[in-house]
Amino acid sequence: MKQYFKSKGFITVLASVISILVGLLIGFILLIVFNPAYALGGLGSIITKGLSSSDKFAKVLYQAAPLIMTGLSVGFAFKTGLFNIGATGQYTVGAFCALVAGVQFRLPWWVCLIAAMIGGAVWGFIPGICKALFNVNEVITSIMFNWLGLFMVNLLLNNMPMMLANYWGASNKDRTAALASANPSAIIPKLGLDKLFDSNYMNISIFIAVLIAVLIFIILEKMTFGYELKACGFNKDASIYAGINAKRNIVLSMVISGALAGIGGGIYYLSGTAQYTIVKSLLSMGFNGIPVALLGASSPIGIIFAALFISYIQVGGEALQPEYAKEIIDIIIAVIIYLSAFSLLVKNILGKFIKTDTGNVNAEGPAKEPPKPEPEKATEEKGGNEQ
Amino acid sequence: MSDYVIEMLNITKRFPGIVANDNITLQLKKGEVHALLGENGAGKSTLMSVLFGLYQPEEGCIKKNGEVVKINDPNDANALHIGMVHQHFKLVECFSVLDNIILGVEPNKMGFLQKKEARAKVLELSEKYGLKVDPDALIEDISVGMQQRVEILKMLYRENEILIFDEPTAVLTPQEIDELMEIMRGFKAEGKSILFITHKLNEIMAVADRCTVLRKGKYIGTVNVADTTKEELSKMMVGRNVNFKVDKCDCKPGEVVFKAEHVTVPSKLHKKNAVNDVSLEVRAGEIVCLAGIEGNGQTEFVQGITGLTKMSAGRIELLGKDITNASIREKSIMGISHIPEDRHKHGLVLDYSLEQNLVLQQYWEPQFQHHGFIKQQAVREYAEKLIEQFDVRSGQGPITTARSMSGGNQQKAIIAREISKDPKLLVAVQPTRGLDVGAIEYIHKQLVKERDEGKAVLLISLELDEVMNVSDRILVMYEGEIVGEFDPKTVTVQELGLYMAGAKRQDGKTGRKEEA
Repeated sequence: MKQYFKSKGFITVLASVISILVGLLIGFILLIVFNPAYALGGLGSIITKGLSSSDKFAKVLYQAAPLIMTGLSVGFAFKTGLFNIGATGQYTVGAFCALVAGVQFRLPWWVCLIAAMIGGAVWGFIPGICKALFNVNEVITSIMFNWLGLFMVNLLLNNMPMMLANYWGASNKDRTAALASANPSAIIPKLGLDKLFDSNYMNISIFIAVLIAVLIFIILEKMTFGYELKACGFNKDASIYAGINAKRNIVLSMVISGALAGIGGGIYYLSGTAQYTIVKSLLSMGFNGIPVALLGASSPIGIIFAALFISYIQVGGEALQPEYAKEIIDIIIAVIIYLSAFSLLVKNILGKFIKTDTGNVNAEGPAKEPPKPEPEKATEEKGGNEQ
Repeated sequence: MSDYVIEMLNITKRFPGIVANDNITLQLKKGEVHALLGENGAGKSTLMSVLFGLYQPEEGCIKKNGEVVKINDPNDANALHIGMVHQHFKLVECFSVLDNIILGVEPNKMGFLQKKEARAKVLELSEKYGLKVDPDALIEDISVGMQQRVEILKMLYRENEILIFDEPTAVLTPQEIDELMEIMRGFKAEGKSILFITHKLNEIMAVADRCTVLRKGKYIGTVNVADTTKEELSKMMVGRNVNFKVDKCDCKPGEVVFKAEHVTVPSKLHKKNAVNDVSLEVRAGEIVCLAGIEGNGQTEFVQGITGLTKMSAGRIELLGKDITNASIREKSIMGISHIPEDRHKHGLVLDYSLEQNLVLQQYWEPQFQHHGFIKQQAVREYAEKLIEQFDVRSGQGPITTARSMSGGNQQKAIIAREISKDPKLLVAVQPTRGLDVGAIEYIHKQLVKERDEGKAVLLISLELDEVMNVSDRILVMYEGEIVGEFDPKTVTVQELGLYMAGAKRQDGKTGRKEEA
């Protein structure tokens, strides 16, 4: 048992839990600052709302599904040594492709999802190929592609009258058509789950997301393909030395990462309840994939739980109205999410207090390696201004 | 007044799971050269880090001139006039020599640098101790030996009295080593005290007055160098008798396994070629050693023939087959094994487990995968076999993270992986770099064993002892060209040193020697 508490996995989970608690604490302080009278009740609703009714719980699952996908997108890229900050662009393009397939071409939902996947993949491919061939930093390219994706989608939608809600009899033209009126077959099936949960939000998307997470887990942990990708992520030089085609892997990794985010956009906007609104700001669902991936320590299984948590907090936050203004709620939720992503930092601090059994004992004698990096750093920092 | 300028008394330093220093006492007299000897992971670096203020010991105390002092960080150490030349130099590459020396203690008037007086002081010091440097040269342009002199001048500039040298000779040529020894003797005469970390016994015998030996974190003893022998020291260090001579029978070269013709590799650093028109042959059953001072193209040559960088001209053959344009994977399949120079950069994926690293070259073979799924069981069994066969020691066997293993065992793991591939040609680049005598002995045996099994071995080494002991044929490389070919039985170390430093060169490679 003692062994178990010292394991690396335990520390990872503990670190996540601690950072969540710290996040909630600071969220609570903000609640007090903005409106002391409702602070306690507000915290209570953040913590309990998601489980208060089956409808709320369905909403948690409904929002968690795309979050799992964008989290997987960022986490998968992390595992392979890339920082895909472009998940939101890939998510947007994926959503667009799904909607075009559904509304314009009246295709069934699963074809729409494949379209979303391809759209996201293409949006991941371009930064990937730039990185592989010209060594252009993927962070910069994918940030640019976030905006390119957003405005391209907005521009296209504005010029595709059939895509917009007003074509189908609704009054507003700043959002896409409701799928219920345009093409009901493009709505992701609910398989009676909506009745079971007594909620409009419920469909099978959470199962699709979890299934894909498991698939990613298998690829990364059980297959030679994942072995190669992770080797490239950990140590590109050693991978090249071992005859692995690192360039190909960078491209593939970004393509898969983009495809995952694209599917995320697909399942959210094919739910039948969400309509894409033409705005000039990037969609937060894509960016939220970054804290999800960090909180889940980039592990596909961890990402499922991290996405559920963040979705849960968001549903709880919505219940703070009208005592708190919407912007304030956003700030509070953002703080909680932000601090949750500090789990890595907490993990490092914990690592110093809890002596892990892994990574030091060695039969021949003391290993020099593990404690080394810190003093090295210390020398650089302190040694820089001696005396 | 105490006899000792620095005393480290009963120092104990623990890291998670291990005791790196277990009740160690080290006493440094004023004006002596005190060697600190031990295998890798014996706790030498930890002990010096304690003295330099990078670690705080759990037990024990440090005294300077008999008074207890507390050293919390390198600034404290500096204030106590303790200076250190790190194994990996801590210099700013794009700064000049002078800038590096004054870095951190820049003389200034109201924030404006006063380089003039600094320059005068540096020149005076360099004159006084025979440390020749050009104060205006950029660090990136000067040789490793020169960089070391800059590090030493840094200590002198700060008026340090206790000088710690962490394995200073690892990167130097034989001639430069002699110079360094001379400089150390000069410091000694000045009354400065020197702590000299090393695992090279010859140097201890040459320069040190006393020697403290550590083994596995424990204090073994302190001896007067004059009263001891190399054999005795090595026995103290390793805990058993070590055979310095490599036992091997005469080589019986067979067919030509590997042939390089006019290989040219461009340099990544400058416009010149790092390797210029090099041709060589390696036959079955012989160890050919490419000797030379670091940075004379050996690294680039190996990277060129193994495919890590592109050759700009020339062709290479393996068993008569042209493999000039083959990919790294293809070369590996055809029978080239490569023990890389930098085991952390190329040799291992440090965050992978030992077993994952042991199949790094072969994970894709049907033996280890089926329809893209890794056969975990097969990998585990293979890893366990290799671990036993090559005596790779680690905390948790196959699932140990490579990062947590000691350097010697990491190297053993790489050697196990590369040799078990049953190669035709084994390219070993500095396979014993940074290892202790026990591990070196083992690795040399493995190389000779491969040779005796009829493999062709191309060894690249900077260590002249290794070159002389292991190889059957020596090729000396200087500035990207092969300048001489020797038989280790007939050539002397001094002779080799002259060729390595570019003072001599043979006309062609026909064996005719020409005095320079």
